[in-house]
Amino acid sequence: MDFELMINSFPKLLNAALITLKLLSVSLIVGLFIGLFFAILRLNKNIFINRFAYGYSYVFRGTPLLVQIFIIYFGLGQIEYLRSTVLWVILKEPYWCAIIAFALNTGAYTSEILRSAFQTIKPGIIEAGKSLGISNKIIFYKIQIPIAIRQSLPAYGNEIILMMKGTSLASTVTLMDLTGVAKYIISTTFKPIEVFIVAGGIYLFMTFIIHNVIKFLEKKYSFN
Amino acid sequence: MELLAFGDTGWGDELFRATLMTIAVSITAMLIGFSFAAIFTPLKLSKFKSLNLIANIYTTVIRGVPELLVIYLFFFGGSGAIMFVASMFGYNEYIEINAFVTGSFAIGIISGAYSTEVFRGAIQSIDKGQFEAAKVLGFSKFKQFYKIILPQMLRLAIPNLSNVWQITLKDTSLISVTGLVEIMRQSYIAAGSTRDPLFFYSFAAVLYLLLTFLSMKLINKLEVKYSRGY
Repeated sequence: MDFELMINSFPKLLNAALITLKLLSVSLIVGLFIGLFFAILRLNKNIFINRFAYGYSYVFRGTPLLVQIFIIYFGLGQIEYLRSTVLWVILKEPYWCAIIAFALNTGAYTSEILRSAFQTIKPGIIEAGKSLGISNKIIFYKIQIPIAIRQSLPAYGNEIILMMKGTSLASTVTLMDLTGVAKYIISTTFKPIEVFIVAGGIYLFMTFIIHNVIKFLEKKYSFN
Repeated sequence: MELLAFGDTGWGDELFRATLMTIAVSITAMLIGFSFAAIFTPLKLSKFKSLNLIANIYTTVIRGVPELLVIYLFFFGGSGAIMFVASMFGYNEYIEINAFVTGSFAIGIISGAYSTEVFRGAIQSIDKGQFEAAKVLGFSKFKQFYKIILPQMLRLAIPNLSNVWQITLKDTSLISVTGLVEIMRQSYIAAGSTRDPLFFYSFAAVLYLLLTFLSMKLINKLEVKYSRGY
């Protein structure tokens, strides 16, 4: 055991963990909106809209995240037209490409989580809202969405942890996140176990925090 | 389309072989995972706190750390660990383990952590009366498990195991970083030499979709088979 290496690499890895957290939080926020949007489409009665939303979540859940990042980072740059548009400013940056891939990926899972949450809302609650003369829009925003969010908290907590692990793939497109820096240190020192313990420990600590925050929120917003 | 031709002109046969490799790694990893689950599920359900702790450390660490990090650990640390063990037996030559073994083992350990959780959940949700009835009827310990608990456990576990299979299948794409030529690595090579990454990565996505779709069909059949009588 090379304890000196462990102590020396700790600040570097901790710094890299900030990038991981940044990637995670931005993709989660964007992904939440994408997920909500597609969950609403899934509940639409129009079969084409419905199918489209289902297709989106099927494709993004059925393929590895790595493929999605590579298509966006390496693939989209190939389209000549895109290079001439404003979008290129974003797409040439590995940072934004990773975020787009992560957001689309977590959006697909989130849409499934929210959809099932919407579907488990008892019809009586919506009927109660209607009989009180509340408009459909307000029923949706003030009754359905808050209940759905509460219902989906446990599953969404899992998704956050999965996504945190997913951000490690950013290292494959040259970003130096926690895994990227860990790999760099391993390949220069050939001390995989020491670095794994430190980097893995930081990841576990983040998992632990997320897990407990979700647990706290679940308790806070529980029905009883 | 000619990019996908079989033979020397296209990448069809290479990608086909790569797909078979992905399937082979996934199945091997899944089986390695089952063997890990066979060890750790009893530990999880054991009455002894210390055994519980060992199993909990395994599942928590593996499920809380990115797959890629685990793969790097095995990729860079695998031969070192084997050589260390070999040196204790007096063998000091350099040993290199191939990418297939490293990859399946890394993914297998990850898959095993998920399988352990699935089996634990399945056993715990079997009615307690079943265990008692098996005991009362005088079945041997082995028969109790093999004839009574296992079939019921499988019925409950299969839907969740199909999720584990999907995760495992998708995780194999990460082994491409170690150089094993599976779908992802082959697409990377093809994309590099034809300068057509969009096409090859999209095609890789289609291959993965096809694999997940077909395996879901198969698993659904299994699910029907094991829920006979329900």
